[in-house]
Amino acid sequence: MIAGLEEITDGTIAINGRVVNDLPASKRELSMVFQSYALYPHMTVRKNLAFGLQNLKMDRAEIERRVDEAARILQIEPLLHRKPRQLSGGQKQRVAIGRSIVREPQLFLFDEPLSNLDAELRVQMRVELASLYERLKTTMIYVTHDQVEAMTLATRIVVLRAGRIEQVGTPEELYTKPANLFVAGFIGSPKINMFDATVTGTGADRKLNLGDFGTYPLPPELAEGHERMTVCVRPEAIKLDSGSVQAEGRVRLVEYLGSETIVHVDLPSGTPLIFQTHQMEKHRVGEVVRVGYDPADQHLFDADGQRLMLGETLVA
Amino acid sequence: MKNTKARNASGYMFLTPWLLGFFLLAIGPILVSLYLSFTRYDMVGDPRWTGFDNYIYMFTRDRRFWKTLEVTFHYVLFAVPLRLIMALSVAMLLDKGLRTIGLYRAIFYLPSLLGASIAIAILWRQLFSIDGVVNQVLAVVGIQGVGWITNPSTSIYTLIILAIWQFGAPMLIFLAGLRGIPRDLYEAADIDGTSRFRKFYAITLPMLAPVVFFNLVLQIIEAFKIFSPAFIISNGTGGPADSLLVYTVYLFNEAFKFFRMGYASALAWVLLLIIGLFTALAFATSKYWVHYENERD
Repeated sequence: MIAGLEEITDGTIAINGRVVNDLPASKRELSMVFQSYALYPHMTVRKNLAFGLQNLKMDRAEIERRVDEAARILQIEPLLHRKPRQLSGGQKQRVAIGRSIVREPQLFLFDEPLSNLDAELRVQMRVELASLYERLKTTMIYVTHDQVEAMTLATRIVVLRAGRIEQVGTPEELYTKPANLFVAGFIGSPKINMFDATVTGTGADRKLNLGDFGTYPLPPELAEGHERMTVCVRPEAIKLDSGSVQAEGRVRLVEYLGSETIVHVDLPSGTPLIFQTHQMEKHRVGEVVRVGYDPADQHLFDADGQRLMLGETLVA
Repeated sequence: MKNTKARNASGYMFLTPWLLGFFLLAIGPILVSLYLSFTRYDMVGDPRWTGFDNYIYMFTRDRRFWKTLEVTFHYVLFAVPLRLIMALSVAMLLDKGLRTIGLYRAIFYLPSLLGASIAIAILWRQLFSIDGVVNQVLAVVGIQGVGWITNPSTSIYTLIILAIWQFGAPMLIFLAGLRGIPRDLYEAADIDGTSRFRKFYAITLPMLAPVVFFNLVLQIIEAFKIFSPAFIISNGTGGPADSLLVYTVYLFNEAFKFFRMGYASALAWVLLLIIGLFTALAFATSKYWVHYENERD
């Protein structure tokens, strides 16, 4: 829709303040990098890069200059005479990006550009895209299912589910103040811990009952009227043998990653819990451990999965 | 070892019907016709060996041979490209994701199913006769028609129009080819502001080149072998004034009308060489214009 390849049924799309609803794709001054690269297989890399510029009836020397410049930036100069089938996945992706760059657009659209690459190359290209952004400083709209890409590349993230916006914010906002359970669960790896809780008592005596973690007071500033809640705690906020709220559990799985270890624990009720530790001590499967957290690190969500705010403001 | 032999034997058993058919009905007659092409054979007596006489006569003294070549080349030169253009045009019109595409495909394919039939050739004769539908329609707009089939200078074009009308088979292949072109390429072209015309010649045609090539070779072969419409429309004579004397009609008449089977066999071998030559030519030029995505370098 932003690119103009599909018509919108409602609302307004503006680029740099200019409403582009009725403009064809080519007049929107944007360029797009496709997941499938969409390179013309019968053309050389040079011709692929020049194709869009030729449509603009641009001077040949200028086309050459822009193609050479893009090739230099993306380090694909030795590949200019090759055809796409002679390129690796990463090289094809560079050419696809190059085709966008040469047009010097006001806006780049990236449609899951790294999805077809293997893990190692994806990390490498991610870094290159970040440096490209630093170099060009042109707005980029980047669609991804990979939250690591989203968190590392974005200045602002829009989380969409089934076509609806769940939250808009900086990576930090999304991580520290997720607007709802979907965002809480989507952002962060390993995944955030979620515990069902009930509220007992009234007024200042209200308490959260979490089952395995027992009962502890609710923050007094929280509005009344919530009987059921979901308490979420990030894996890194869960500590071994510390925290004011604690429970015992049995280690089910240990993922040793070198600099950190991810430990999967089953609580007595069967609820799974994940915690992350940087300590070198080894955990064994079957071992009983005591884990805990501080209520200050918890995120509270109502029965509908919306964040319960404790005097904080949220962009949503 | 014994097992392997037994397995192979059963394999050959299953192959036998095909092998019999291939050797008795294909390879056998081909070799026999090669032999006959060097003989004089009236299908009654024994073939008499005459060496290269048939071929020498064909190229040096048989004027009708050169006439039939002229008619056939004329037909191939027009029918093949025009049918391909028609097929590609309709395929592109149908390649719009219509819901009723199956119906349209069937409708457009119908002439190809009917086209080779005797009935259609007879119908064609009626359509283009002096008082046929074509002339009646022309009369409405004030044009005085001619006897399209009886006029030697126009008769071949009725045959060419029939060929164009039978665009169904190459159209289906083009349609499948068009479906195989990734939509992303057109979307990328749209964002780049590519005109329709440029999208056609810079994306569609090159991407479709293997399919164009395939259709071209098939159509060349088919066009050189045109027989029944020409035979029926010309009442089996190839007339008027040999204007519909396509190669196979001439060959058929030599064999089964004048019982010169030896000479007809020589004609058949020359046709085979001509078709082979044009097919080889198409293959030889293909490296300059056919692009295969998975080609090895």
